[in-house]
Amino acid sequence: MASSNRTPKAGGGFGDKLKNMTDTNLLLTITIVVFFAMYIGAIVFQGKGFLKPQTFFNILNAQAALIITACGMSLVMITGSIDISVGGVVALVSMCCAVYLDFHNGNVFMAVIISLLIGLAFGAVQGFLVSYLEIQPFIVSLAGMFFARGMTTIVNTNPFNVQNEAFVALKETRVIVPGFGSVNKLGKYVNAYVELGVIVALLIVVLLFFVLRWTKLGRGFYAVGGNSQSALMLGINVKRTKFLAHLICGLLAGIGGFVYFMHVGSGSASHASGMEMNAIASSIIGGTMLTGGVGNIIGTFFGVLSLSTIQNIVSSAGLDDAWWTGITIAAMLCLFLVIQSVVMARKKRTLKGKG
Amino acid sequence: MYFKRVIATAIILMLGIWFAGCTDSAAHENENPDVEAASERITVGFSQLGAESDWRSENTESMKATFTEENGYTLIFEDGQQKQANQIRAIRMFIQQEVDYIVLAPVMETGWETVLQEAKDAGIPVIIVDRKVDVSDDSLFTCWIGSDFELEGKKAAEWLNRYATAKGIAPTDIHVVNIQGTKGSSPQIGRTKGLADAARANGWDLMAEVPGDFTQAKGKEVMESLLRQYADINVVYCENDNEAFGAIEAIEAAGKKVGSDITGGEIMVISFDGVNREAIRYTLEGKITCIAECNPLHGPRVKAMIEALETGGTPEKFSYVDEGIFSADQTVDVLNIDGTDYEVTILTEESMSGDDKNR
Repeated sequence: MASSNRTPKAGGGFGDKLKNMTDTNLLLTITIVVFFAMYIGAIVFQGKGFLKPQTFFNILNAQAALIITACGMSLVMITGSIDISVGGVVALVSMCCAVYLDFHNGNVFMAVIISLLIGLAFGAVQGFLVSYLEIQPFIVSLAGMFFARGMTTIVNTNPFNVQNEAFVALKETRVIVPGFGSVNKLGKYVNAYVELGVIVALLIVVLLFFVLRWTKLGRGFYAVGGNSQSALMLGINVKRTKFLAHLICGLLAGIGGFVYFMHVGSGSASHASGMEMNAIASSIIGGTMLTGGVGNIIGTFFGVLSLSTIQNIVSSAGLDDAWWTGITIAAMLCLFLVIQSVVMARKKRTLKGKG
Repeated sequence: MYFKRVIATAIILMLGIWFAGCTDSAAHENENPDVEAASERITVGFSQLGAESDWRSENTESMKATFTEENGYTLIFEDGQQKQANQIRAIRMFIQQEVDYIVLAPVMETGWETVLQEAKDAGIPVIIVDRKVDVSDDSLFTCWIGSDFELEGKKAAEWLNRYATAKGIAPTDIHVVNIQGTKGSSPQIGRTKGLADAARANGWDLMAEVPGDFTQAKGKEVMESLLRQYADINVVYCENDNEAFGAIEAIEAAGKKVGSDITGGEIMVISFDGVNREAIRYTLEGKITCIAECNPLHGPRVKAMIEALETGGTPEKFSYVDEGIFSADQTVDVLNIDGTDYEVTILTEESMSGDDKNR
């Protein structure tokens, strides 16, 4: 990296521009460019719903919880770990909140606290097992996933919709996005809106972005994931850093759980099934590497958007069977992995050639 | 920096197109007659709840076969994969795409108010099929078409009652377990009620009610555990055919026999739907003793409703499908429920081949 600083600014070809970026920024650029290309492509070729801003905000509304859990996932992936229990935690949180609000006449504030506590508990236990007892994170969180799913069924077997008035009012709260809107079939102008969960998700994205970029702790995550030996030699408390990553991921799963609950308004053991896999996929599309040390929260945010945009494109293109979505996501993941590795390899080659 | 410029350009481009889109759609209103003439197809958005059973697949197939381009329709199909959140997402997408009609097969009864209100505000009629929605304001949907699930349950239970009476089996000797459908769904609620009411009225021993999610795998799993818990089960009431297949598998694996001779130690399987050949074959073989029909061919019925709406008519708010009851056993030939007679269709090899032609 150091040698690249000396490259003269003038006359930079594609290779030089690549060189001036860090790995993280490079992958981020790819993600964002692909997302916009895809969305603009959808507007141009499919038109229909994509012309309306609300379609975009609907994606945000439906995926706010995934954005939050994917942020946590990226964080643990940056430290070179993984947490596949997040989907289970989301299901458990929504079921507990639903039961608490409806069967025990609870209030919404306490429900939020319960969500946070469940998330923190999962994060703390798994973080402890992974970082201090050095058990494989995949195995630990696999157990966590089964435990969370099982607990959800124990708390309540049957899916049901929450009737609690204060909660329903919160669920129905809509934030108008000024300046956006469209004319509907009846010729009436409708303002675009987002749900409260989207605000929470955006705040978390911004907060984590700052933490990762400009704090000592944030740089610690990258260092531990990049090479834990050298991180140790740099005087970073590797175990504590890993533990914190898992703790934050658990906490975000808790928050994500409540946001998910706020979106669907029901408790069910089958909620958020496969969410952990979508979170991993979004992180990878966003340029976070499973090997650790590379990643960006903004990328993850666009990863989630890309994932759900492709789903929308697939279904409005008339490829209606459920497996098409799966296949396109698989194709998209492959595409991203190939682009990423090609660009990285090219960059390394240009670096070597000039250095 | 290089990439910042790229991103800024992309964002500006997208916003530009969006705003252009707003004015565009306003302009579209004027040229609408032209557009209509060019494509007179009616767009229908169909949110199916999933693909959990043969009944569901037949139902989906019927819709797809009806709303074809040759018939003048464009069908946008969305599989909700058993999740209400997915279905709500699909309906919102239909609203943004400004489809002409939304057809919804809801996974649960509650929780639809908000999204149906959105559809109503957007001026899109919603037709509910199969299961019902529980909303405080009936004007949120245009009409509903589906089966009378409680009547189906009553038919199956009444068949069992007639059979037991004819064979001289004491009500207390009927030990029945219910493998229920997806908890909270209309067929589960109706069919469970049909059996529970009959068990109370006739004095049967209703030992357990366990959800089997309408799937073969779950039906098998539930039956295995029921067989371990209760040694004297002699009637299994499965709330759809797929559960019945699973239950039969479990019973045979446990070394017991399925059939109608319940005093002779066989376990009787009663089921619902009767949509596929395998179910009919099982009935002919006597593995399933009795099937209360649930007809999945809703496509043409929904089409009739849309045609009525297109010409300015108002279809009936709730319409029930006429359905029968099948058995290969000739003990019971007619049922009387709440003053109406229902003939039992006795299945034979010949009637089956005739049946195939109908499908």
